[in-house]
Amino acid sequence: MQTVDGSIHTPHYIDDEYYQKLVSDFSGWRRADREVTDPVFRDSCRRFLDLEARFLDEGRLEDWLKLYAPNCVYWVPSSAEGGDPRKEVSISFDDRRRLEDRIFRLSTGAAWSQRPTSRTVRLISNIEVYATDQLEIVMVRSNFQTTEFRAGETRLWSGRYNHRLRDVGNEYEILVKQVNLINYDQNLRNPSIIL
Amino acid sequence: MTKPENTSPAVEAAGPIFDYEMMIQEDKVHQRLYTEPGIFREELTRIFGAVWVYLAHESQVPEKDDFVTSRMGLRPLIIVRDSQGDIRALYNRCTHRGSTICRQSSGSAKSFQCPYHGWSYFNSGKLSGVPWPEGYACDFSDAKYNLAQVPRVASYRGFIFGTLNLDAPSLGDYLGPVREPIDDWLDRHPGGKVKFSSANRLKYMGNWKLAYDNSADGYHVLFSHRSLLAMENRHNEDEQKGMSFYRGSPDGAPMYVKYYPNGHHFKDKRPNIENRPGALWEIEGTFPGMEHYEALFRERYGVNADRALDLASSEPVNINVFPNLHILGNHVQVTQPISYNETDTTWYGTAVVDDDGELSGAVDDINTIRMRTQEAFPNFGEVDDLANFEQIQAGLAAEEDEWVYMHRGLGIKDRITEEDGVFTAPATDEVFMREYMKVYKRLMTTTPNIAITREV
Repeated sequence: MQTVDGSIHTPHYIDDEYYQKLVSDFSGWRRADREVTDPVFRDSCRRFLDLEARFLDEGRLEDWLKLYAPNCVYWVPSSAEGGDPRKEVSISFDDRRRLEDRIFRLSTGAAWSQRPTSRTVRLISNIEVYATDQLEIVMVRSNFQTTEFRAGETRLWSGRYNHRLRDVGNEYEILVKQVNLINYDQNLRNPSIIL
Repeated sequence: MTKPENTSPAVEAAGPIFDYEMMIQEDKVHQRLYTEPGIFREELTRIFGAVWVYLAHESQVPEKDDFVTSRMGLRPLIIVRDSQGDIRALYNRCTHRGSTICRQSSGSAKSFQCPYHGWSYFNSGKLSGVPWPEGYACDFSDAKYNLAQVPRVASYRGFIFGTLNLDAPSLGDYLGPVREPIDDWLDRHPGGKVKFSSANRLKYMGNWKLAYDNSADGYHVLFSHRSLLAMENRHNEDEQKGMSFYRGSPDGAPMYVKYYPNGHHFKDKRPNIENRPGALWEIEGTFPGMEHYEALFRERYGVNADRALDLASSEPVNINVFPNLHILGNHVQVTQPISYNETDTTWYGTAVVDDDGELSGAVDDINTIRMRTQEAFPNFGEVDDLANFEQIQAGLAAEEDEWVYMHRGLGIKDRITEEDGVFTAPATDEVFMREYMKVYKRLMTTTPNIAITREV
């Protein structure tokens, strides 16, 4: 695995306003009247999620990170459906820089929790797409099941993804990926893969 | 409360069947301490029944009728602030057939009803009623039908402990001088207290003592956490972030390790850092929002900004209270044994409380960034330690290669000083392991005076 390009261009966007918007964007968005049922549109979201899963399964972490917006967040809450990250420690709460750090750490060869590296297969299903107040932004809810094989053992991670995606022309970029593990409140063994 | 009720002698083993004298020597311990289910079984009584075990924090049960479930060894407990306001450690075990009565991890309840046959208990532990009592000839006012309780429960500045051992010293005497670093840790916060936030909950397939061996160990840092150190310092040329002071010759640095009586130990990295406002903040690793919040703090809080930023920064101490409580950075880490080779390690985040307005409104901002600083170590440091613990457990399966060495520093002149049972040594010394293992040996070869109580 190669290291990510060390340069960091994004301004430090995590501020009060960001947190407020994040909490508000992730509450009450799943409204029946906003569900996008158009199969072509929904399929374009599905294909994008599949691509993200494939990059992770193939260990192509730099390509994976390119799917994310410059001011992105990768968020694995420690409470049901998120809560307020200003008041709670999350299982993970990474901005762009911390994601780059995460990938850098995995590339050092000394991240013992990933020596040997996990092999993973991700299944994503039950995709629902919801419109938001902004035309170019959608929320995509999906179920995931990730099988992880590492050091002779096979384990399962399951839960729901909530992706906040922005349509940037021919493709999407991920503004926020929220990973809601079904066992978010339990003691987790070696949670060192990117979910 | 009734007179304490001693457990039946038939349940209690007559004496140790393992030769702890042989297995715990001056410079090494036997691999069986980590791999033998029978020893684990004895520890549940001789360690987790005999000494003061950390159970919960008072901020988890702030109001009357609040409860949180916990365990003492494997014993399921409900830690409750009862309707009178007293903190109790009730056995989460119906006196009828033995089922747990409370299956929620926390909440508020004046009473608990067993889901199996409907026996109900007040949160004092007293039986409040059973369905169709006319079908019983007995007198349900007999105390034996009330929930069992840990006979001795006490708090030290918010930390709730309990012991089953009637002959154990008072909690204050048990903690002894480890109270000093605990006091320091608390007193840096307004009001001398913190409250618990949510937690990073981790698990490893290995013996619980591997975590206790690790928690004051300055020898592993540069190696086990190599990737974290590289990560923390990838953006700055002077490489001063995080635990960088372990580079070079850590034993020559001002930090030190201390061993306190009764198995407690303490690694103090504070002397590596200048004692002035803002010094802690300067070594804090990057986290989401760091630069924005620093600028905001300087603008909003002026001369108090450094103190506020320090409160969001990780305190460089590891305070370890035998057998299951660790205060590390800003975390309160609780070790919960599950079996001889499975352990849960829960890293409770802590938040600042400011009842008296000492921080002139900065408390919410401090906590916002304190949540982020606390996510770094569990994500990028602890996972590697736990992977190494699992690999120790795997390596120890080599039965004939019997010994685990903990002799770093042993026999070197003028390296370790001792006063009133408190040992002080350079940061990478293993004296804290050797000394706590002596306490462990004494406990494992002593039958504690164990009892439970019940409300009358």
